[in-house]
Formats: sequence, C-alpha cells, structure tokens
Amino acid sequence: MTVLVWAEHNGVALKDATLNAVTAAAQLGAVHVLVAGFGVDSVAAQAAQIAGVEKVLVADDAAYAHGLAENIAPLVVAVMADHDAFVATATTTGKNIAPRVAALLDVAQLSEILSVEGPKTFTRPIYAGNAIATVESSDAKLVITARGTAFAKAEATGGSAVIETVSGAGESGLSSFIGAELAKSERPELTSAKIIVSGGRALKDADTFAATILPLADKLGAAVGASRAAVDAGYVSNDYQVGQTGKIVAPEVYVAVGISGAIQHLAGMKDSKTIIAINKDEDAPIFQVADFGLVADLYTAVPELTGKL
Amino acid sequence: MKIVVPVKRVLDYNVKPRVKADGSGVDLANVKMSMNPFDEIAVEEAVRLKEQGTASEVVVVSVGPAKASETLRSALAMGADRAIHVVSEDEVEPLAVAKILKGVVVDETPDLVILGKQAIDDDSNQVGQMLAALLGRPQGTFASKVEMDGASVLVTREVDGGLETVRLALPAIVTTDLRLNEPRYASLPNIMKAKSKPLAAKAPADYGVDITPRLKVLQVKEPAQRSAGIKIADVDALIGKLKELGVA
Ligand SMILES: Cc1cc2nc3c(=O)[nH]c(=O)nc-3n(C[C@H](O)[C@H](O)[C@H](O)COP(=O)(O)OP(=O)(O)OC[C@H]3O[C@@H](n4cnc5c(N)ncnc54)[C@H](O)[C@@H]3O)c2cc1C
Repeated sequence: MTVLVWAEHNGVALKDATLNAVTAAAQLGAVHVLVAGFGVDSVAAQAAQIAGVEKVLVADDAAYAHGLAENIAPLVVAVMADHDAFVATATTTGKNIAPRVAALLDVAQLSEILSVEGPKTFTRPIYAGNAIATVESSDAKLVITARGTAFAKAEATGGSAVIETVSGAGESGLSSFIGAELAKSERPELTSAKIIVSGGRALKDADTFAATILPLADKLGAAVGASRAAVDAGYVSNDYQVGQTGKIVAPEVYVAVGISGAIQHLAGMKDSKTIIAINKDEDAPIFQVADFGLVADLYTAVPELTGKL
Repeated sequence: MKIVVPVKRVLDYNVKPRVKADGSGVDLANVKMSMNPFDEIAVEEAVRLKEQGTASEVVVVSVGPAKASETLRSALAMGADRAIHVVSEDEVEPLAVAKILKGVVVDETPDLVILGKQAIDDDSNQVGQMLAALLGRPQGTFASKVEMDGASVLVTREVDGGLETVRLALPAIVTTDLRLNEPRYASLPNIMKAKSKPLAAKAPADYGVDITPRLKVLQVKEPAQRSAGIKIADVDALIGKLKELGVA
C-alpha cells in the first residue's frame, strides 16, 4: 500500500502535526508526503528528511498558498490516482480538506483514528470519546484523519526522500483568502506542550484570567488552555479551547483551574499523563479524573502556588 | 435568498453515553434526544438572516428515523419556514447524508447551506465538506462569523492558530462553530405555530441514493477508565507532587 500524507506547514516550516500523520501512515504502507503551497522549497526539503518517508511530492502554485480546500482537494484527488490511502492529522486544516477529498473519491472517511488495527481496520472515538468504535472500511481507497496525540511523532531527521513536483488544476475561482488573525505567543504550542495550565469560567474575565493563569504558566513553562465557557465569555481566544470540539491534548501534566470537568472538556484532556485539578467544589466531576485534586479557592491557592514555585 | 439547514437528532449533550453490553453500539433506548447543538447554531444563524431581511426562506432538512420529525419541529419552532424529512430507520453514513443533501439542494437551489460542523454522536465532522465537494461549491467550515456581501459571503473561521477569513462565491456551504451565535429558546406560541408548518416526508431512494454503509462497525467499547486519584491537603503538598513529577 502507498500512503499519501498531508504536510501541514505555515509556508516556511513544516509543522509537527505532519510527523504524527507519518507515524500513522507508516503502519499502513510506504509513505509519500504531499507539500502543497507557494514557494515551499524549504518545507519540501524538511519533509524529505523525515525518517521513513520515501518520496516528497511538491505542488507549488499561488492557488495553494492558503490551503483553500476548493483548490487543494482536486490536487489531492489527482495525486491519489497513484496512492491507496490519504492521511492527514486531525487539525482544522486536515478536517477541512480530507472530507472534501473523500467525497470526490466517493469513499467514506475515517475521522480521528486512534490506532491502526489492520490494513482497513481502525479504532476511532465517538460520543466525545465516551465510546471507542472499531471500524472496517470496504472502500478501495482510504481517507483518514489521525488524532495527533494517538500517534508518536516520526523522527524529523534521518530520512532522505526523493523530491518530485506534481501539479493540479490550481485556482478554482470558488473562494479566496482574505486574512488571518493568528495568535502570537512565546509559550509552547498547546497540542505539543509538556505542561498545560487551563482556566475555566471561574476566572471571571480576561484580565483576571491573565493575572491568575499566566504567571503560573510562566513559572511552569507551560502552555495555556481554557474551557469552552472561558472562551465563550471572551477571557481568551478560540484557539485556547480544549475539548471535544476544540483541541485534543495529552501533556505530561495538565492543571485544570476552576474547570468543572464536563464530558466535552474531559474529551480533550483525559489522555494527559497526570491531571491536577484546583476547584473549590469538592464534588466537581473533574476530581473523578484528577490524579491530584486540591479543594480550594483558586484566588488564594493559585497566587500562593505561583509565589512558592 | 433561500437557506437550507440540515439538522440531526442526537443523544442530548447532557446525557452520559453508555456503551451496550454486547459491544454493538451506544444505548439510545429511553434516553433524552435533542437537536445536535451545532445544528441549533446553524438554524439560529439562518433565522437571524431572515429576520434581518437578508434571507426570504429557511428550509430545514433531516435525514433520520421517524422521531427526527420532532427535531424538525424544534427547528420550525425556532423560526424555520418548512421542513423536509428524509426518513431512514437505518443509520446513514456522512457520505450518503451528503449525497441526499445534494439532491435536496438541487431541488431547492438555495444560496446558502448552513450545517453544524460536527454531530456530537459520531463526531465525524464531514458532511458539510462532502456536500460542498459533491456540489462543486465553496465551503466555509468552523464559522464564527458569517457576513453576506453581494454575490459572495465572508466567513470567519475558527482555526487552530486563531481566526481566518475567506470569501466564498454563492451558493456556498457554511459549517458552524460554537461562537457563531447563541441559539434562542423557542417560545410556546412558536412551538404551537410550528405544528402547522409544512413538513414533507421523503425517502433516500427519492434522491437516488444508496445508503448501504461503507464502514462496518466491528465493535464499540468503553475507553480505558481513569480512576480518581487523591485529594491533597494544601499548596505545599501540591508543590511536593509537582517536584516528584519533575516539573517544579
Ligand atoms: C456542542 C458542545 C460542545 C462543547 N465543546 C466543549 C469543548 O470542546 N471544551 C469545553 O471545555 N467545553 C465544551 N462544551 C461545554 C461544556 O459542556 C461545559 O459547559 C464547559 O466545559 C464548562 O466550562 P467550565 O468548567 O469552565 O465552567 P463551569 O462548568 O461553570 O465550571 C466552573 C467551575 O469553577 C469552579 N469555581 C468557581 N469559582 C471558583 C473559585 N473561586 N475557586 C476554585 N474553583 C472555582 C466551580 O466549582 C466549577 O466547578 C461543549 C458544549 C456543547 C454543548
């Protein structure tokens, strides 16, 4: 089987999410990586170094600069003529493109797989991870998104893949990119951080969230996350949301501050190695999954903790 | 301008799902079912566009069992004008749902289709993108803002790095994220009024769609359970734990 992996990048550098997809793909067969973008020679060169990658296919065209699914999906479909499976990590980019590819290929998509059980058999979470389904595809080709936290990162170096160019239909004329407001942060990225401090509704407002959570995160060298309630109320922006419908994280240590532990939140963080919860309600559901629970008012406990670290 | 909004009947988000003992699926007998929350956001957005005078008609459609008519009535009570129920007691996979919806769109010729970004039961996050592909139309997924602008629509999307805005030529497909709006509760008079709004019953075959599953579910099981740990006495004890973990 030959597997086409979607390279996730920002136009300049490859993102770590690509490495998770390579690991998932390698369990199915030979791995080729598709780098689609504009002026992406450096990204292709980086992809060629990933251990286990045989071939890098580069599609360089202004139409691919912003990852618009309308332009990218026909390209992937064309390249899939010589491949048996397409694998993307379940990022917002992968989730946007893969189903469009699957429909054009007339195959069912396997979303957010957790493991490869056989050439056509996979496990995947349903109901916010409260159930795990083992599913077998009957389609000739596979289209898969893989949960990043379920597959270790492939080695970024050590490989020496050949680089070839491919081309697709280019501009579809259906959509255009207007702009982006991307969060800039010196902190580690949420999905690959070793430690995460997350805040919930109890943080009151944006200023209180910043004054309470950020100093603790700084002391621990942690990434910062949030519950949906905290994002909805505008304490932090949407890219902080951890959960069923936000980001899925699995750090070494996850510190939940003033978060109740709704199933939708737990779905995004319960694979963390160690969970620490600070909550004033001793019956909060978060304590049912926490390894270490501190029943306390966060407004005394967190400043004390930050001060003593 | 006409808007089509597909909606799905799912296990209520407040109910903890229970896996059936025989491993065949999740137990849906005698549990509360509701409209998928992302679909409520989609209905709300369409109804607001109608109230602003931008849209003239909102048509809701559901592919699902007989009881899905209740979900359609809820959408009508929120302000949709009429409903189409494509009845199937068998589970219909996202690709087949998208094919049926394509048939509906071909019949109805809407300018906009607004869907939830994912259903909270199978968590697939596929139908909107698949529908857009089958129609050869643009897609604005994970929308937190939708602005009509002449023959196009501006969609602000929630992406991993923050927000992104795209312009889509109409007709277009939009899928909703949580921050798009806060859905209303239907008032009692509107719930009564919804009972007499038109609801047409259809079958997948009416759209020429074969709903035979492509995926075989071999087993459904509970995830590995995490057990509750210990309560610690105070901040000093917590610091001790952080030191043991090597992070402080
Ligand atoms: C379709 C859908 C998708 C969703 N997706 C997600 C998702 O991806 N991620 C997510 O997080 N949620 C999601 N939710 C929302 C989820 O159901 C909960 O509403 C949300 O997680 C609650 O956030 P919270 O824990 O911050 O707030 P609350 O549930 O209000 O909890 C606040 C907690 O803070 C504690 N507290 C208050 N004051 C103090 C204090 N001074 N000191 C210490 N503790 C204090 C309280 O005891 C309480 O436990 C989703 C919901 C739906 C319907």
